[in-house]
Amino acid sequence: MAWNKKDLLGLEYLTAEEINLILDTAESFKEVSSREIKKVPALRGKTAVNLFYEPSTRTRVSFEVAAKRLSADVINIATETSSVRKGETLIDTGRNIQALKADIIIMRHNCSGAANMLARALDISVVNAGDGWHEHPTQALLDIFTLKEKLGKIEGLNITIVGDIAHSRVARSNIWGLTKLGAKVTVCAPEILLPLEIEKTGVKCASNIDEALKNADAVNVLRMQFERDLGAAFPEQLEYYKKYGITEERLAKAKKNIIVMHPGPINRGIEMSSEVADGANSVILEQVTNGIAVRMAVLFLVSQAKEIKA
Amino acid sequence: MKEKAKILDQDAINRAIMRIAHEIIEKNKGTAALCLVGIRNRGVYIAQRLANCIEKIEGQAVVAGALDITLYRDDLALASGQPLVRKTEIDFDINNKNLILVDDVLYTGRTIRAALDALIDFGRPQSIQLAVLVDRGHRELPIRADFVGKNIPTSLKETVEVRLLESDGVDEVLIVEKD
Repeated sequence: MAWNKKDLLGLEYLTAEEINLILDTAESFKEVSSREIKKVPALRGKTAVNLFYEPSTRTRVSFEVAAKRLSADVINIATETSSVRKGETLIDTGRNIQALKADIIIMRHNCSGAANMLARALDISVVNAGDGWHEHPTQALLDIFTLKEKLGKIEGLNITIVGDIAHSRVARSNIWGLTKLGAKVTVCAPEILLPLEIEKTGVKCASNIDEALKNADAVNVLRMQFERDLGAAFPEQLEYYKKYGITEERLAKAKKNIIVMHPGPINRGIEMSSEVADGANSVILEQVTNGIAVRMAVLFLVSQAKEIKA
Repeated sequence: MKEKAKILDQDAINRAIMRIAHEIIEKNKGTAALCLVGIRNRGVYIAQRLANCIEKIEGQAVVAGALDITLYRDDLALASGQPLVRKTEIDFDINNKNLILVDDVLYTGRTIRAALDALIDFGRPQSIQLAVLVDRGHRELPIRADFVGKNIPTSLKETVEVRLLESDGVDEVLIVEKD
């Protein structure tokens, strides 16, 4: 099994074999971060550019750490202080970065499909670090990696995703990845936050959280983005917590070893209680650690790809 | 690929490994501060066998680790086939140890160069010594083995195939000719 894609745009476009290759490669890379000298020369002489059109700390830093542990040079472009403010188009920005002889662009953008468009326009690699409501493939990969590490496999697992499914690229990428690997996915959200025809992706819907947790091996709790436009749907954040928040009482009724995940940053007391976030079932900080290994694997594989350009 | 000759059978491989184990103990005056690191894949199995032999001879257990050199290859950017990154497992301190690096076949020396770079990232051993089951010649770098199971002069048209029980279900070393 060889990797032949210059880009990573979403899990929708990958086969189960390709997803497993990333996960297996990440397993090998995990060891590097436990060394005293946390660096290997695999991407020496390569340049990775972090191009972020949306504020992000954890994803950007995670990619930067991953690239640096592979010995790549990393350049961060914050679009607020760049020529984007002067009206430069995305493709022009991309072409300029390519003209600088960079090798990989890691992009976060608020428009769905932005990474796909940029990847088509450029010869260099594009890694999607989140585009609009579309996909956030490396987040889903690190979620799946963590699940596999904890439970040994993905096939046959019952995974529940709770939260704003409609506006979540994390949910979308997880659904693609998990269903391709044979997991059974249940989504749980207020009806207004479920996309129309979500069942067509092969997932089950539940509006009652206790029902959704009942048989779950793991629950992935999404961040409620109240700073965006959820205000109208949920004037009372407490109301959301009462109906959908993950608490110790709710976990007590679920499987004993249920795994609790969250992509961060956590709204304590909205999506879950502090006790749950810091409790024995939580793997939230392990997700952060695994994110480095997964992103190292992705950067390594896309830069190794020998794609026949169509 | 055409099989030309069987150079070592199971007994010969076992004898070679046992002899190398004796030589390692002799040269290092015992097993104190000794550790073994095998290069993936087959070097790992040979390192483990050496560790077992050394323990049998001296009554002292010796640690053995596994090293994947993919990320240190000098031809990573040029490699035609895509190399698979496998796990490195060295869960002991190599500082101030006499480290025996183990591989199945010594050829150009480039794998060993990569392994030396990787090991230095793990610490500063007192010494690094090289043990190989087969030395087939054709070095491209100034590297030589301290312990050799068998020297097999080969032509560049030939390759040496080491097959081990752990990975191939059979213990044998063959010379095969490329078509």
